[in-house]
Amino acid sequence: MRSRTIAAAAAFGLLALTGCGAADMTKQSSPYADAHGAKTVTLSVQSWVGAQANAAVAQYLLKHELGYRVDTVQIDEVPAWDALSQGRVDAILEDWGHPEQEQRYVADKKTIAPGGELGVTGHIGWFVPKYFADTNPDVTDWKNLDKYADRLRTAESGGKGQLLDGSPSYVTNDKALVKNLGLDYQVVFSGSEAAQITQIKQFAKEKKPFLTYWYKPQWLFEQVPMTEVKLPAYEEGCDADPEKVACAYPHTPLRKFLNARFADAGGPAAEFLKNFHWTTGDQNEVALMIADQKLSPEQAAERWVTKNESTWRAWLPK
Amino acid sequence: MSISTATTGSGSTAGTEAGAPPLRTRPRDTLARHRTALIAGAALLALLLGALLLGGGTWPARLAVDLSGPLGHASDWIIDNRDSHPLFLYFFGHISNAVVLSVRAVYLVLLAAGWAGVTAAAGLVAWRVAGIRAALTAVAAFAVCGVLGMWVPTMQTLALMAVAVTASVLLGALLGLAAGLSDRVHRALRPVLDTMQVLPAFAYLLPVVLVFGIGVPAAVLATVVYAAPPMARLTALGLRGADAGVMEAAASLGATGRQRLLTARLPLARKELLLGVNQSIMMALSMAVIASVIGAGGLGDRVYQALASVDVGAALAAGVPVVLLAVVLDRVTAAAGERIGAGPSRRTGRGWAVAAAGTVAVALVGRYTGRLSWPDAWTVDIAASVNRVVDWMTAHLYSGVPVVGGTADWAARFTTWVLDPVRDGLQWLPWWIVLLLVAVLAQLIGTWRTALTAVLAMAAIGVLGKWDPALDTLSQVLAAVAVTLLAGVATGVAAARSPRLERLLRPVLDVFQTMPQFVYLIPVVALFGVGRAPAVAAAVVYALPAVVRITTQGMRAVDPVVLESSRSLGATGWQQLRQVQLPLARPALLLAVNQGVVLVLAVVIIGGLVGGGALGYDVVFGLAQGDLATGLVAGAAIVCLGLMLDRVTQPAGKETRDA
Repeated sequence: MRSRTIAAAAAFGLLALTGCGAADMTKQSSPYADAHGAKTVTLSVQSWVGAQANAAVAQYLLKHELGYRVDTVQIDEVPAWDALSQGRVDAILEDWGHPEQEQRYVADKKTIAPGGELGVTGHIGWFVPKYFADTNPDVTDWKNLDKYADRLRTAESGGKGQLLDGSPSYVTNDKALVKNLGLDYQVVFSGSEAAQITQIKQFAKEKKPFLTYWYKPQWLFEQVPMTEVKLPAYEEGCDADPEKVACAYPHTPLRKFLNARFADAGGPAAEFLKNFHWTTGDQNEVALMIADQKLSPEQAAERWVTKNESTWRAWLPK
Repeated sequence: MSISTATTGSGSTAGTEAGAPPLRTRPRDTLARHRTALIAGAALLALLLGALLLGGGTWPARLAVDLSGPLGHASDWIIDNRDSHPLFLYFFGHISNAVVLSVRAVYLVLLAAGWAGVTAAAGLVAWRVAGIRAALTAVAAFAVCGVLGMWVPTMQTLALMAVAVTASVLLGALLGLAAGLSDRVHRALRPVLDTMQVLPAFAYLLPVVLVFGIGVPAAVLATVVYAAPPMARLTALGLRGADAGVMEAAASLGATGRQRLLTARLPLARKELLLGVNQSIMMALSMAVIASVIGAGGLGDRVYQALASVDVGAALAAGVPVVLLAVVLDRVTAAAGERIGAGPSRRTGRGWAVAAAGTVAVALVGRYTGRLSWPDAWTVDIAASVNRVVDWMTAHLYSGVPVVGGTADWAARFTTWVLDPVRDGLQWLPWWIVLLLVAVLAQLIGTWRTALTAVLAMAAIGVLGKWDPALDTLSQVLAAVAVTLLAGVATGVAAARSPRLERLLRPVLDVFQTMPQFVYLIPVVALFGVGRAPAVAAAVVYALPAVVRITTQGMRAVDPVVLESSRSLGATGWQQLRQVQLPLARPALLLAVNQGVVLVLAVVIIGGLVGGGALGYDVVFGLAQGDLATGLVAGAAIVCLGLMLDRVTQPAGKETRDA
C-alpha cells in the first residue's frame, strides 16, 4: 500500500516536472488565468444571449487581433459586480443599471471603473405575441388586459391570467405592477431565461396567446414577433419605491464596467474594451446566430467580424 | 447523486453496518407490542387538544422570526470589510489564496502534460490499479472529452476536483479518525454528518458565497464541505468495525495504542477508507457542476452557459465528460477497494515504474511535437444533431398526440389534479396538524428520537417564516416520490427477476445517476413546459436509478431457501412476490423510500430554475440577486425540510445499527 502511494506520488511529481517553467504566476485571482504565459482577460457573461454576443465578439478580437487568451465566466448580474470588484473578472460588457452597486463599488470603494456605453439601449416591458395582438388590437393597452385574463390562464397561474416572468436575476417590478394596477393576473416565474424562451416558443408554435415579461434587444423577436403592452408611461423617479411602482420600465443605455486595477494597468485589452461600441442590430445579428442557428459563439463572432471590419477597426488601440 | 451511487453501486454501506439487534428488556417489549395503539391514542389526544386550543390556519406570524434584516446587515458588513478586516486579511484571505494556488498548480501540471500525457497517465494509473479494462475505459473517456471539444474545461474541472477531493479526504479522514477513536467525538459528530448527507447541494452554496464571494475558492470550499462527510463516516465506521479478536491479540502482544492504530486498525479499515474516497470523489464531481452557479468554471460552467441559450446539445457535450469522469473515477477507486484485500505482489513497484516512465515519455513526445492542446481538427460537434432530435421530440410529443394527449397536457393535468390539491391541502391544514402528522409518521416508521427531530425541524421552518413555500416544496416532493416509487419498485422487481433486464439497465442507471442535474432541466421544460411539473419530472428521472437499484438488491437478498420452500408449497409467482419477497425485502424498500425522498428533494430545489417556485426559487433568487438574506433563510428552511423528510422515512433499525 505504502509503496504504491509513493510510486503514485513519484509519477505525479515527474508529471509535474515536465511542466516547469511553462507559466508565470501573476496576481490574478482566477486560477485558470494566464496559463502558458499568455495574457489573459476574464469576461463576465450574463445568462442572456445578447451578453454572450458581446463577449463572443470581444473574445474573438482580443484573441486574434491583440493576442490575448480570454476566459468567460457566467455570473448573474448582481454577483458579477462583486466578482468584478475583487478582480475575479476584468469586465462586464452589458449592465442594465444597478444604482446601488454603482454607488458602493464605483463611488465609495473605487474598485470598479466605468467603461463607457455599449451603444445598445435596453428596454424591459410586457409583451404579447404579434398574432394575438393582430386579432385583438386592444390587448396592447394595460387597461384591457383583464378582459383577456381568462384566455391567458394556465395550470400554474391558478384562476388568474398568467404573466410569464423570467430569471430571478433580472430587474423586475412585475409583482408590484400587477398589484398596484389591480390586474387579475398571477406572475409565474420561470426561474431562468432558458426556461422562459422554451415556454414562449412552445406557445408560439401552437399560436396560443401569452403575456410575458421580455426585453429589447433580444434575438427571440426575430422568431416570435411580439408587441409591447402599453403600461402607464414612465416618468423619472416613478419606480423609486419598489413597492409602489405603477409605471412602465425606462429605456436604459447599457453600460460597460471594468475592474479599476484592470482599467489602469490592463494595457491594450482595457483600451479595447473601453472602445467596444456597437449597435442593437449588430448585437442581434450575433445573438441570433448563437441561439437560433446554434453556431458556437466563436463561429458567430468570426462571421460578424469578417463582415464588419470597419466597425471593429475603430476599437483597436492606436 | 452520489449518496446513492455509493450506497448501492459500490457495496452497500447500510448492509455492512448491520450488527446484531440490541437485546431489549421486558417492559419495553410490551410497550413495543402496543406501539401502534399507543401512537394512535396519543395522536387522538393531541388532535383534540389542538382543535380546542390552537384553532386552524397557517403558521402564526407571532411565532415566526424575521431574519432578513440582520442577515442583510451581515452581508453588507462582509462586503464592506472584506478588504480591510483582519479576519478576512489573515484568515479567509489565506484560505482563498491557498485554494487558488493549488488549483492553479494542478491545472498548470495538467496543461503542461498535454492531452497525450494526461490520457496516458490516466490509462496507466487505471491499468495499475484496476486492470486492463479500466485502463481502456479511462483512455477512451479522456479521448471522448477531447473529441467533444471539451479538453480545457475538463482539465479545469479536474484541477478543481483534485484539490477539492484531496482536501475533503484529508478533512474527512481526520474527523473520521477522531470519531473512530473516541466515543464522545463519535456521538457528537454523527448527527452532524447524518444531517449533512441529506442536504441538497444547492443549500451549501450560499454561506460560502457570503464569505468568499463568487469564484473558484467558494466553489472548492462548497465542494469540500459537501464531499467530506462520507469520508468521515466511512473512516469512523471502518475503525469502529475492527475485529475485537484482532485488537485483543495486538494488545496482548504489547502493541502501544499508536502501533495498534497503524498496524492493525487502519489496515483492517482499508476497504472502508477506499470506499470513502470513492464516495467523496463522486460527491465532489456532482458538486463541481452545481457550483458553476457560483463561478466554478470548467465543465459545469459550459453546461450552465449552454442552458442559457436553450442549447441541449451543447449542454450534453459538456455533460458527457462529467459522466465519463465519474464512471472512470468510480471504476478505478472501486477496483482499488476490491483489490486491496488480495495483498501486494512483488511486482507492484516495477509496474508503477513502467507506468510513470510511460507517462513521462508520452508527455515529452506530446511536448516536443507541439501537441499540447487537443487539436481542433479532431473535435466533433454533436450539439447540432442532438438538438435536431430534441426538436423532433418536442415538436411531436408536446401536444396534440392523438388519444393520450401530448406531454404538455399531461403536465397540465398533473399540476391541476395532483400538485395543486396536494399543495392546497397541505397549506389548508392547520399548522399543528402538519406537525402531528409528521410526528405520527416518523414514530410509525422510526423511533421517538427520529420523530422528535422531525417535528423540531418542521417547526423550525415555521419559525423561519417559510411555512407556506416549504409546504409547496413538500407537495412537489411527495408527488415526485410517489411517482418514483411506483416506477422504481416495479422496475426493480422486474430487474430482480430477470438478470438480463438488470444487465441492460445497469449502464443506463449509471449514466442517469452521474449526469449533472442541470442537463435534465431543459429537456423537461421542452416536454412539460414551465412550472412545477417539469421540476417534478426531473426529480423523478434523477431519483429513479437509486430506487431501482436498492429494490433490486433488496429483492435479490431474499433468502433463496425461503423462496424455494414457498414454491414447493405451491405458491404462484405473483403470490411469491406479494407474500414472501416484498415483505422480506421491507428494509430495502424502506431504504429506497428514504433515499428516494432525499434525492427528489435535491432536484426539486434545483427545479427553482425551471419554475418550480417555492424554496428552490428563493435560493436561486438569493444567488442571482446577491440577496443573501432571502437565500440563506430559504436555504435553512430547505435544510430543515430535508432533515424532516429523512427522519420521517428513517427506519427504526437504522439507528441501532449505526450506533
